Amino acid sequence: MDTIFRSYDPASAQRSDRSAGDRLRHREKVHEAIRHNIADIIAEESIIGKDRDRVIKVPIRGVKEYRFVYGENVPGVGQGGPGTQPGQVIGKGEADGDAQQAGDRPGIDYYETDVSLEELIDMMFEDLELPNLERKHLRQIEVEQLFRRKGYRKKGIRIRLDKRRTAISRVKRKKAVQRADAFALRPQRFPFHNDDLIYRHTVTEIRRESNAVVVCIMDTSGSMDTMKRYLARSFFFLLYRFVCTKYQNVEIVFVAHHTEATEVSEDEFFHKGESGGTFISSGYRKALEIIDRRYHPSLWNVYVFHCSDGDNFESDNPAALQAAKELAEVANLFGYGEIKPLGSGYYGSSMIQFFSQLEAENFQTVQIQRKEDIWPSFKGFLSRERAREDAA
Amino acid sequence: MPASFTLEELASWNERIFAVAREVGLEPYPQEFEVCDHEQMLAYMVYSGMPSHYPHWSYGKSFEKLKTLYDYGVTGLPYEMVINSNPSIAYLMRDNSLLLQVLTIAHVYGHSDFFKNNFTFKSTRAEYTVETFKAHANRVRMYIEDPSIGLEKVERILDAAHALSLQCRRNLAIRKQTQEEELERRLEESKPSADPFRAIHRRKEYVAPDLNRVPLYPEEDLLLFIRDHNQHFSDWEKDLLTIVHEEAQYFIPQMETKIMNEGWASFWHKRILDTLELPQGMQIEFMVRHNQVLSPARGAINPYHLGIKVWEDIEHRWDHPTPDDEREFGPRTKTGREKIFEVREVERDASFLRRYLTEELIRELNLFEYQSRGGDQVVSRVADDDNWRAIKETLIRNVGTGTVPVIKVENADYNNNRVLFLQHHHDGRDLHLEYAEKTLQYLHHLWGRDVVMGTEINGKKSLLSFSEGKLSIKPLH
Repeated sequence: MDTIFRSYDPASAQRSDRSAGDRLRHREKVHEAIRHNIADIIAEESIIGKDRDRVIKVPIRGVKEYRFVYGENVPGVGQGGPGTQPGQVIGKGEADGDAQQAGDRPGIDYYETDVSLEELIDMMFEDLELPNLERKHLRQIEVEQLFRRKGYRKKGIRIRLDKRRTAISRVKRKKAVQRADAFALRPQRFPFHNDDLIYRHTVTEIRRESNAVVVCIMDTSGSMDTMKRYLARSFFFLLYRFVCTKYQNVEIVFVAHHTEATEVSEDEFFHKGESGGTFISSGYRKALEIIDRRYHPSLWNVYVFHCSDGDNFESDNPAALQAAKELAEVANLFGYGEIKPLGSGYYGSSMIQFFSQLEAENFQTVQIQRKEDIWPSFKGFLSRERAREDAA
Repeated sequence: MPASFTLEELASWNERIFAVAREVGLEPYPQEFEVCDHEQMLAYMVYSGMPSHYPHWSYGKSFEKLKTLYDYGVTGLPYEMVINSNPSIAYLMRDNSLLLQVLTIAHVYGHSDFFKNNFTFKSTRAEYTVETFKAHANRVRMYIEDPSIGLEKVERILDAAHALSLQCRRNLAIRKQTQEEELERRLEESKPSADPFRAIHRRKEYVAPDLNRVPLYPEEDLLLFIRDHNQHFSDWEKDLLTIVHEEAQYFIPQMETKIMNEGWASFWHKRILDTLELPQGMQIEFMVRHNQVLSPARGAINPYHLGIKVWEDIEHRWDHPTPDDEREFGPRTKTGREKIFEVREVERDASFLRRYLTEELIRELNLFEYQSRGGDQVVSRVADDDNWRAIKETLIRNVGTGTVPVIKVENADYNNNRVLFLQHHHDGRDLHLEYAEKTLQYLHHLWGRDVVMGTEINGKKSLLSFSEGKLSIKPLH
């Protein structure tokens, strides 16, 4: 009889992780798929304003394996108990694959993968082909940061003594002495000499700290409803996260305005609503004041973004334009986002047209109508920064 | 966890099992068993049991999926994994109990006998299986490592080829005709047939056949057709298509005989273990395990269960025919044992169920038909007088390659523009359009030009065409 038994070999079991390469490639594909679907994921309400360590379930649609298969109008056969009756519901939709014979239906080949918000955001910004926000020299604060090794020296402090190299150099000296004095074979003490001592040398490195502040200005007048605020909030969230990836030290300031402007907490910013009209200039003035007092442009990179529904008192427009000009002067990037949800029913005045008079190269206007617009608008907004850099 | 058995124990059990298997008439290939751990088993499952297999991300995906299911306890691992090769290779999981190993060994001989004797496997060249897969793997790796080709390009071809790999001939026992034979047949067919009433009929005119048409007859082997007719392909691209095609052909007989094969192996492991006179502890465990494997799946079909039921039924009916049976099949000339050995040689799942799944069995097993309705799966028919036939028909359509739509290349020069024209042979089941779109995209990538496919959507003849990166659907009038 020709039967062969091969015993279990733990060593080969450890070596033979044969699927490792394919798993790695699959994971790369998953990441690709996430990146591909990022606009959809951003449009999902759930990621905005949530805890950064939160794990998000991202549905993956990119790694399905397609074939010609039958669609939904295909009956199947199952086995039931004696009481099975026509009309009885036996399951949800396409069975999950494992109950079925493998490969006979598309099933839901859609599965979720866990990604932390942090990871997701990194991926998003990788996708953006980020403008490399090189900060102006003045805007960096130099900080003595770390000590880096740089070679060896004969002099130094005790704590940096390199014992190994010291011992080696003593051995070398000993050999040299023995060779020079071949006949003097008497055993003798051969103590360390000062010349044997070798110290590690270190230099102090200066790290350039970079600071940035994101000034979020939002119209909190009566016309800004929940949907508009949600869209605004999503945009602010992206901007803040983006700036965080570029600078060491990022602060965020919230300015809420209707006819008057106040600096508020994050919570108030997003949840408090006022009634009444709008003076956009008030928000800009407040922002200018805060920047001047706490975030002087010589030390800070300033990003200002203003969200409004474009409804402003006519009489305030010249003042708003003037303030916007001033803001554009102090900010790296100043943006105005007009939020007009589709089906919001009215098309009131638009500040976008009015602001077209403002000719500052770091000023950008975007219009957001739906959740799906946020990511493209955001990309568009940053492209201005990029264009500016390219020109520089 | 230390194994609860020694190799010597396995060998001695194997000797007894093998002796019984031979005695009852099984003719398995020489067998090799390899003891592995569960991670290795997962990997073997993913790579269809092959000791070596070419790399592709989809195997990584299945591994992750299987491992997740396993880790969360959604599914267990199979007790056995056996491949159709000569010698046959099977894997035993070291964490399993001695009884499970004994059961598995007996089960494996059932499979191996089936592989060796069922007609659908005649085309698989079992003695070269392991070497063939290894050679494929080496070639694919070579292309990946070739700096002028690389992973990305190889992957693009493999992705597309995988999508189409099952679009091939299903009955491999019928030899594929060569180009010359097809030409000959075309010419032969165009000749007017002999007419015994020539004297009174007008003579049929000879119509010259169109011999320039490519293909001469609708072609089912999509990958091979593209390989042979896309002139822009380089050798490595052709080779990749050949590899994927060959591997698919190797697995088609297994798809085609899943129910028979699992039923056959279960039927014999039961018989063999019953004759082994197991010690009492093992006997109890055997009954538990056997029932686990063969328990009917709720709401689905468990091929082990359905298969063994039909095999047992055949044997029983041939040994103890009822008057009805006699009337239908004539007087018995074979014993039950003889009959099942004959059936295991000459049938595949579709014919097996058509011939031997009786009304009584359909009722006994409480088979029902279900359909999707508004996101739910709803029972549409149960096995009563009016419906058992329909249920049987539905079941037969859903086994083996019956789940793969039949699609043939009709014309490689559609509109005189080298557009590839395919026809889906619609049988009441519509294609899944999202899947069709993506698959046509792959086809487009391989063909390098536009692709058009005739099908039927909601009862309307329609034309799907893939060009300029997107699918358009045109109803035909």
